[in-house]
Amino acid sequence: MDFSYIQQSLPLFVRAFGVTLRLSALVIIASTIIGLVAAVIQHFRTPVLSQFFAAYEELFRNTPLLIQLFFLYYGLPSIGVKLSAETCAVIGASLLGGAYMAGGFLGGFSGIPTSQLESARALGLSQLQMVRYVTLPQGLARSVPALAANAIFLVKETSIFTVIAVPELTNTARDLIGMYYRSDEYLLTLVIGYAIILIPLSIILTLLERRVRRGTFAR
Amino acid sequence: MTDASTPLLRVTDVCKSYGEHEVLKNVSFSVAKGEVLVLLGPSGSGKSTLIRCLNGLEDIQSGSIEFEGNTISGRKEKDWRELRTRIGMVFQSYDLFPNLTVAQNICLGPLKVQKRDRHEVEQQMNSLLDEVQLSEYRNSYPRELSGGQKQRIAIVRALAMNPDVMLFDEVTASLDPEMVREVLELMLGLARQKMTMIVVTHEMEFARRVADNVLFLENGVVVEQQTGEEFFDCPSTERAQAFLHSMSPIDSVD
Amino acid sequence: MAPLLVESAASGAQVLFLGDNFSRLLGGLGTSLAISGLALLIGLPLGILLGSLRIVDNWVLRGILRVYLEFFRIVPTLVVLFLFYYILPREMGIQIDGKTIAVIAFALWVAAEISDVVRSGLISVPDHQIETGKALGMSGFQLLWYVRLPQSINLMIPAVLNLATRVVKTTSLLLLISVIDVVTVGQQIMETNRMAHPDAAFWVYGFIFLLYFIVCWPLSMIAKALEKRAKERNRD
Repeated sequence: MDFSYIQQSLPLFVRAFGVTLRLSALVIIASTIIGLVAAVIQHFRTPVLSQFFAAYEELFRNTPLLIQLFFLYYGLPSIGVKLSAETCAVIGASLLGGAYMAGGFLGGFSGIPTSQLESARALGLSQLQMVRYVTLPQGLARSVPALAANAIFLVKETSIFTVIAVPELTNTARDLIGMYYRSDEYLLTLVIGYAIILIPLSIILTLLERRVRRGTFAR
Repeated sequence: MTDASTPLLRVTDVCKSYGEHEVLKNVSFSVAKGEVLVLLGPSGSGKSTLIRCLNGLEDIQSGSIEFEGNTISGRKEKDWRELRTRIGMVFQSYDLFPNLTVAQNICLGPLKVQKRDRHEVEQQMNSLLDEVQLSEYRNSYPRELSGGQKQRIAIVRALAMNPDVMLFDEVTASLDPEMVREVLELMLGLARQKMTMIVVTHEMEFARRVADNVLFLENGVVVEQQTGEEFFDCPSTERAQAFLHSMSPIDSVD
Repeated sequence: MAPLLVESAASGAQVLFLGDNFSRLLGGLGTSLAISGLALLIGLPLGILLGSLRIVDNWVLRGILRVYLEFFRIVPTLVVLFLFYYILPREMGIQIDGKTIAVIAFALWVAAEISDVVRSGLISVPDHQIETGKALGMSGFQLLWYVRLPQSINLMIPAVLNLATRVVKTTSLLLLISVIDVVTVGQQIMETNRMAHPDAAFWVYGFIFLLYFIVCWPLSMIAKALEKRAKERNRD
């Protein structure tokens, strides 16, 4: 192992690290918004929209991100829609992430004991008040571990952006390996790059799960 | 003590603590063959912990537990396994295995642990089920049974191992009131058949009828040790009097 | 604009059925499925073993197995594939083709994930169920076999099916380690027809998207149904 190679390419990796972080953040935020909207609509069984979002979830949960990206990046231009690689990456991963996040939120909502909803109704709360004071606060708390797990999953999925040449961590490592034939050095840097983002996230997830299991979090 | 020979179970100076917290302090008593001992006391007095120690589900810090004259406390898990086939135990939460039918629940221990003959085990199961009038539920799953029925099956499951002593840990505590009776009657029947039993309960009428002897615990200490009649009719300590008063039906409080 | 779109759409879609293109695409998918199947076949028993060991009362063993799991949790699967692709042949000193590397990497990944599924299934069985088993005199292995496994298998099967769909979806990455999979075949077809059908990408990728959906969706549906049933069943 020749560390001078790592040292030399460190600026490139730092930039790539920034790209991975930035895109991950964008994707996680967009996914959470899509997921929350989809989950609320399905939780209240809004006609038509509910079925639409259910179909959307099934479609994106059961197909690979790589194919979604190829379709957006190479397929869409042939019908006249041209998007930049980064835009395709964020759209693709957010649609995928939204489908997973919706599942996380729905799981949280459905975990609220019926007795809670019945007590709310017994107090005379309106549908909207129930959402505001019972469903959302309790459901969101219960969703947190699933959402954190999805966030970790999405950060890892950004590695697939390499296939449409987004200059994130994996892409940078592959380029460097192709140029200098030093796989050990660059793979090590690559793994460390992901570890810096994912180990803290993973520890947070474990703590959150423990709190929810002990019941101190979701009450 | 009705029997002068070696008691079936003898507990001497047992101490048990969770960290700093002492749950049992120098508890001693013995149970003769065919005797029914009832453990009474306010919640948190250590009754359940004590009965769990007798089956090796909890470790003790000092003292000894003897079964037929042999010390069994401090033994390895492997020895306890052997012993548990002779010491039956029924819990508050019934704990039938939800994935097995009633018949499978009952036969599992005798067949797989004791490795007894299937034909003989099934015969015993049939007569036990007849006795508790639950034969028709042989192939039902636990979820199809009422709480009282589940608890009676749990008792049958323990009996099918042919234990020398039965431990009952608040077995009616999570039952609906109308189902308590069928379970208690089954236990009274066992007592009449001279089954050795150690019972933790909050049902005072039942305790009075079933108990040969009573052990009254408070804060992990044996406060009073009496025959059943004496304990209920003229408890000697103030603590026991107060306890009995607190447990008496409301209309007699005056 | 509209007629043009329809016309080009029709011509692009033709590519799929030109010559033996259709069966070539299915063949590519077959490779991916075979690799998934093999990886599951090897990873499943290994994962069950590792998962059962993770509830053993030995913190060194538990620690090692936990690190093994966390490695696969933290490193993206694509990077795991690259690690095996670059390092394995060199360390072994032999040529290993992409398919074998994929099977090995996926099998170890599957084993890690399954070990966690098995562990959380086993510990989900309530303590008092275990105590009842003990009170019947059961040994450690009997507790595992008669109490823990049967009561958690209902939860494990859906998780395994969901993992299977993840493995199938992840096979889409195989083209990056030079395995001729359905995507590679698709790219070859587009290359050949680049002049006649410049819009083939839309149809070919759309079709591959559909193929993956057809394979994964039923698995997810079965998993969902089983999960629902398991929840109802385990309410004693």
